[in-house]
Amino acid sequence: MEWYEVLVQQTINGLTRGSVFALIAMGYTMVYGVIELINFAHGDVFMLGLFIPLTVVTLLGVSTTLVGWQILGVLLPLFLVTMLVTGAINLTIDRVAYRPLRRAPRLAPLITAIGVSFMIENLAMLWKGPAPIPFPDLFPNVDILNAWLGIDTLIYFTTKDLFVVVVTLPLMLALELFVTRTRWGKAMRATAQDRETAAAMGINVERMIMLTFFTGGALAGAAGLIQGMYYNIGQWWMGYQAGLRAFTAAVIGGIGNMPGAALGGLFIGFLSAWSDQYISARWTNALVFAILILFLVFRPQGLLGERPPDRT
Amino acid sequence: MLELRDVHTYYGRIRALRGVSLEVKAGEVVALIGSNGAGKTTTLKTIVGILKPQRGEIQFEGKRIDGVATDRIVRMGIAQAPEGRRIFPRMTVLENLELGAFAREDALGVRADMERVFRLFPRVKERLHQKGGTLSGGEQQMLAIARALMARPQLLLLDEPSMGLSPILVEAIFETIRSIRSQGTTILLVEQNARMALRVANRGYVIQTGRIVLHDTADALLKSDLVRKSYLGEK
Repeated sequence: MEWYEVLVQQTINGLTRGSVFALIAMGYTMVYGVIELINFAHGDVFMLGLFIPLTVVTLLGVSTTLVGWQILGVLLPLFLVTMLVTGAINLTIDRVAYRPLRRAPRLAPLITAIGVSFMIENLAMLWKGPAPIPFPDLFPNVDILNAWLGIDTLIYFTTKDLFVVVVTLPLMLALELFVTRTRWGKAMRATAQDRETAAAMGINVERMIMLTFFTGGALAGAAGLIQGMYYNIGQWWMGYQAGLRAFTAAVIGGIGNMPGAALGGLFIGFLSAWSDQYISARWTNALVFAILILFLVFRPQGLLGERPPDRT
Repeated sequence: MLELRDVHTYYGRIRALRGVSLEVKAGEVVALIGSNGAGKTTTLKTIVGILKPQRGEIQFEGKRIDGVATDRIVRMGIAQAPEGRRIFPRMTVLENLELGAFAREDALGVRADMERVFRLFPRVKERLHQKGGTLSGGEQQMLAIARALMARPQLLLLDEPSMGLSPILVEAIFETIRSIRSQGTTILLVEQNARMALRVANRGYVIQTGRIVLHDTADALLKSDLVRKSYLGEK
């Protein structure tokens, strides 16, 4: 492999990884924007986004690669169900764990979030066991450049890579359009900017918080399903690491800022792919979190953010 | 239209209102005047349900509204331009106005009211696509009032609309309050600037340390010793 082929290859890897981080980071940042809580359980909702559809396809007896109409016929409902369920789970987490603490000091919900995260992880371990579990290879994997376009290259860009981008981009765009163009989206942003005044506009603030948790959970669920279909493997603690990286992405992008979270997610994706290649996979986490610290020190408002994150 | 009876409100552990009773009738402009910390803003926050009264009751159009959630009170027909304007800083002027009409379902009426506030505040229209946070203090105050009008409220609460504005702008804001009044909107106006407030009001209440100490017609208040000494700076 030539050096440029390696670079392009790792950039493709970074794009797919980053897309998943971006989806998780957007939910992180939405919740932070509205109730100023770092929802540590968010990464675990992402993990459930892999476990839940895995259970569904196992129950349905789907274990082979889908063909033809099955791709749309199975995947579309599978995504919908996963997103609905993970959205509902995230919403329930808020109702049960965070809402009673709405007026408590900020540290209380933060610690609660860590507790919720541990609970979900341990429940997942009891549910599917501690070992890595395989996720069926649902999506057909075709080498696009060589097999379809007849380009003789070592760069491996497959239908699966394309799938990740084709699913992620519309989701991100839809979310952006929702918050910038629709009445409810505007109400959500208003709630994030000034809760008391939002209420004075006739906005039911608690309902907006529910909507935020639901939407964020649905995106994390979609990310989990994409992850499962792409890597064909999952494990109970996978949300922990992905969550930390997505949190980093959200901070780098400017916490509370949605396009920023998408940008930060892609940035972390590229960075970790390049670091795996050119430095060493063992150093990737160190690098990612070193960059987090650099941002917190020198540009706490992130790339696109307008306000620095508060301490706690 | 609005009636407060013996309302007591605590701000944390501080008793901010110690038995406030006041009434606003349909079509009136009522001024609530008093110095800093007397309980003016607390009164408004209690009316819209941001603060819950410890004792007493509040009625709006014959229904009790104390203890009702803010968003529901707003939907019943009370809108406010809050103290400090509270414009959504990272949203455009247009979006701020749209949010003012959030609770409404009549798209045609909303559009008509948008035209109406543009006539009242041409400056707001010029700034339509600017972010709220980039407006000057006077423009933000106009936007705050315009945003409240977008709810087409039966009762409009104005909290210190003159605060921090130059005399010329204060004059302009009160001119607008007059035209809003002439269009038939009932207004409860909270002000430190007693002279300006009593000039547009029909009646007024004077609040001191959480109690109403005087109420009368605006003209009578302007002539009263207490108001002239304490709030108009006359001897």
